[in-house]
Amino acid sequence: MVEAIDKPIILADALGKTVRSPSGDLTILDDISFLIHPSEAVAVVGVSGSGKSTLLSLLAGLDTPTRGRVLLDGVDLNSLDEDGRAALRARRVGFVFQNFQLLHSMTARENVMLPLELAGRADAAVQAEAILARVGLEERTDHYPNQLSGGEQQRVAIARAFVTRPRILFADEPTGNLDATSGALIADLLFSLREEAGTTLVLVTHDMKLATRCERRITLTAGRMLTSP
Amino acid sequence: MIARMLRLGLGNVRRDLRAGELTLIMVAILTAVAALSAVSLFVDRAERALHAQGNALLAADLAVESANAIPETLAEAARGLGLDTARTLSMRSVIQSGERLQLTELKAVDERYPLRGNVSIADAPFDAAREVREVPAPGTLWADARLLQALKIDLGQTVTVGAVALRVDRVLVLEPDRGGDFFSIAPRAIMNLADVAATQLVMPGSRVNHRLLVAGDQKAIAALRGQWAHLNDRSLKVLDVGDARPELRTALERADLFLGMAALTAVIVAGVAIALAARRYAERHLDTAAVMRCLGATQATITGMLLIEMLVLASIASIAGVALGYIAQHVLAGTLSGFVGGALPSPSLAAVAGAMLIGFLVLVGFALTPILSLKNVPPLRVLRRDLAPVPVRSAIVYAVALLALLAVAPWQARDVALTLYLLGGCLLAIAALAIAAWLSVQALGRLRRHVGVSWRYGLASVARRARTSSVQIVALGLGIMAMLLITLVHGDLIAGWQGKIPPGAPNQFVINIPPAEVGPLRDFLAGHRLKTGGVFPMVRGRLTAINEQPVQPSDYEDPRARRLVDREFNLSWAGRMQPDNVVTAGRWWPETAGAAPQFSMESGIAETLGIGLGDTLTYDIAGETIRAPVTSLRDVQWDSFNVNFFVIAAPGLLEQMPATYITSFHLPAQERTALNELVRLFPSVTVIDVAAVMDQVRLIMDRVNLAVRFVFLFTLAAGALVLVAALQATQDERARESALLRSLGAARAIVTRSLLAEFIVIGLVAGVLAASAAGLTAWLLAGHVFHVTYRINLWLWPIGTLAGVLGVGAFGLAGLRGALAEPPASVLRRIA
Ligand SMILES: Nc1ncnc2c1ncn2[C@@H]1O[C@H](COP(=O)(O)OP(=O)(O)OP(=O)(O)O)[C@@H](O)[C@H]1O
Ligand SMILES: [Mg+2]
Repeated sequence: MVEAIDKPIILADALGKTVRSPSGDLTILDDISFLIHPSEAVAVVGVSGSGKSTLLSLLAGLDTPTRGRVLLDGVDLNSLDEDGRAALRARRVGFVFQNFQLLHSMTARENVMLPLELAGRADAAVQAEAILARVGLEERTDHYPNQLSGGEQQRVAIARAFVTRPRILFADEPTGNLDATSGALIADLLFSLREEAGTTLVLVTHDMKLATRCERRITLTAGRMLTSP
Repeated sequence: MIARMLRLGLGNVRRDLRAGELTLIMVAILTAVAALSAVSLFVDRAERALHAQGNALLAADLAVESANAIPETLAEAARGLGLDTARTLSMRSVIQSGERLQLTELKAVDERYPLRGNVSIADAPFDAAREVREVPAPGTLWADARLLQALKIDLGQTVTVGAVALRVDRVLVLEPDRGGDFFSIAPRAIMNLADVAATQLVMPGSRVNHRLLVAGDQKAIAALRGQWAHLNDRSLKVLDVGDARPELRTALERADLFLGMAALTAVIVAGVAIALAARRYAERHLDTAAVMRCLGATQATITGMLLIEMLVLASIASIAGVALGYIAQHVLAGTLSGFVGGALPSPSLAAVAGAMLIGFLVLVGFALTPILSLKNVPPLRVLRRDLAPVPVRSAIVYAVALLALLAVAPWQARDVALTLYLLGGCLLAIAALAIAAWLSVQALGRLRRHVGVSWRYGLASVARRARTSSVQIVALGLGIMAMLLITLVHGDLIAGWQGKIPPGAPNQFVINIPPAEVGPLRDFLAGHRLKTGGVFPMVRGRLTAINEQPVQPSDYEDPRARRLVDREFNLSWAGRMQPDNVVTAGRWWPETAGAAPQFSMESGIAETLGIGLGDTLTYDIAGETIRAPVTSLRDVQWDSFNVNFFVIAAPGLLEQMPATYITSFHLPAQERTALNELVRLFPSVTVIDVAAVMDQVRLIMDRVNLAVRFVFLFTLAAGALVLVAALQATQDERARESALLRSLGAARAIVTRSLLAEFIVIGLVAGVLAASAAGLTAWLLAGHVFHVTYRINLWLWPIGTLAGVLGVGAFGLAGLRGALAEPPASVLRRIA
């Protein structure tokens, strides 16, 4: 842990994002800088439209900033092309989304196997079974997403995110589409799995109760950081 | 890496198949390949059958001719390849009977002759002909009716040929390799090659034509043709079917064109279906691709995975398609039996492989671009649904598709002009359809204030989905256009072709009519109610100089050119050009009197003799010299069986020359006895019977027509697929909207009616536009490719519109029936 503090796993350096819109340039994010250390859990909070999802997409290399840079596990994302960032994601990053993003033509097991297959792992099926059992879906492995409830789908998504043992997990409002009970269940699952694996967690939410379970919060207002970490 | 892509790709195939995502694209490929393979297998067989029929006109598959004896080494080489050989020798010689002498086209043949086709003989002049598989025995001669008539002899009598006497045994009606010119003046006879030496007619320097005929296995023939292409001896000329009879060559060429057009149309429709299916596949896989990108799949991984999936898909569908096509063409081939003595050549492996290759090429051309664009999907799409890959411009898609088609088409249709016109027509149609579709979509949007609720919603849907609606209209329009092309237009074009030999077309030619007998002969024909095709003057002249340079047969290598120079030309004069001629260079003289002395020449013969526009020709006509420039070259439609001349003079040049006349008339089969009477009353005229050749051409036309009708079935299937594919593009959206409408309280009837309104509008616009495009393409094709007269068929519009409205309405509603019956909530859950 001491060594990890010296070497941040995520570094945002004067990040900014401006998009062109019909009514002129629109700055969504401006001058965002912070460090996140390995195994830390950080919540990104803010009102709707404040730029949380945009920030997450820049940190994960799903999108490129117009200003500043992101270092992910020591690698400058700006120095990589789209395929290089994809390769980095395949090795170090997991995702959980508000709308689950499961592939509808695949069963729960196949969805979980996908990142392993993309990484070229041979034991994909065994590992997928194991982690689906861990999230309590051992009975549903052959079901398709549209045969599962929202909470169950999100559990599959969590299993898919953790199955590659990523160093960093990005979650964008993972409980946003769920009722309170299943939301709490998903949150518990997320935190306990990350605890077990020592995963760094970046969690976007406007659920304050969920945010307080993280060690730190980054608050965005209109694209700027309110609280410095 | 490869192994991973393979696993992902195969996994995808399995999953997508299971999820039904591939059904449409699979069926599209399958139909395309089945249509293509059925067509190309059949076309291949039909073509080979037709050419076999054509080969009969050469009495061989391949022949070599020379003015000198053909070395035995050539025959040995052919036999070495397992081929059959036969030899013939033809010459012009005087045949004598008592006092009478007659210059005759005499052909000596060996026992193996003919290798292809049959000799027809009769037991008395103008009797019914029958085919025999034998040649005149040594010591005998088979003479045609004209020779018997000229020598005034009957069967059984003896004639003198050179130094031998031969007994006339049979009436020669038709020998397969009779040679091109119907109006060659001389009567014909065949004798046994064994008697030639005894005639002492063949001396060094005498003008004879030796031929070595070859027939047998196709591959061996091709090999031999290859060998013969490098013959050093310039006096040898290799002959193919094309060199045989011009009227049948024209018919065969046109048959190729018609079959090619059918095949090409099937390719286009199938291609459109595949393109639509691929578009939908790509759209439905955007999320998959985005999530995979997000999970770390590189572009190469996605490309590889999709390629493997497509490859597997194409292989499965192509193999199934070829199998289906094979069965289909087999059925079709049944309709052709009896065409060439019952035995149709079996489909060639090359054609099977070719069909599969075409399937892959069409798939690549039409499907690969939209599907591979999936690799460009931004991973950010997982967060922002609205993000789609930088759209592959439709223009690029179609350019790629076009390239693939161009790669395929010349080979399919074997005619560049046809391909260009058809593709050009389709491209123009796409452009026109796109513009018109967009405009009508805009106009329809305005219309909705004036209609009821169902129609208003329907029209609003068309307008709101302006882009998709336009694409749908273009695709549907193209599909309908292709179907119209292959049904109505194709039918009309073939009818136009068949119209060239109407049932009452002249099938007898009468030549050598002295001027004084023109009137009486007219009366005779009128008295027997025999319809003539006009009376034309004919003057015989020998070509003596071109541009004041004397010409000799020996100036030419080409035996045909030698023959032409050696013999007398049949010249004619006319103020007006025959309606079936087309001037290809220069200009026909004005019809009004007083044109300068000038000639018009058939373009093929001009090429053979090396004569161009502006060259001055000198003819020796009965001792007088006539000189005039060539001011026009004409293409002649020999398969029309009209009286035509290679060389025609402007009025004023030849009128003073000794002329005979030529006419043609139609003789019904049951009135053949009139011929005997005619020959008796007009002993100096010569009758030439072309009914048999005409029947051959008619047979070709009928078979082609039949074949095309069959091909149509496949085009129809592909067209139906286009409908389904085009409608599926918006099916999810429609289902969701109808569910929303219903959850808002709209009765199902209203929803159904509004959907129907939308379908009718789309079908209507597509149908009208398709009919116009088909009409235009047909008109261009008729004029520039098929050279047949074509009157725009007004049925195109009602039928096109009806096909559009009914097709779109039926398929559209059928596709949504499930969604309309389902509770709205489940639709929304399934599709959202
Ligand atoms: N590519 C883009 N073009 C135009 N506007 C954009 C684009 N991306 C984001 N925005 C805008 O930027 C702002 C921030 O968007 P973002 O999705 O990051 O907000 P958010 O904090 O995640 O909101 P929510 O809590 O509702 O998810 C929004 O107003 C959004 O409309
Ligand atoms: Mg958000």
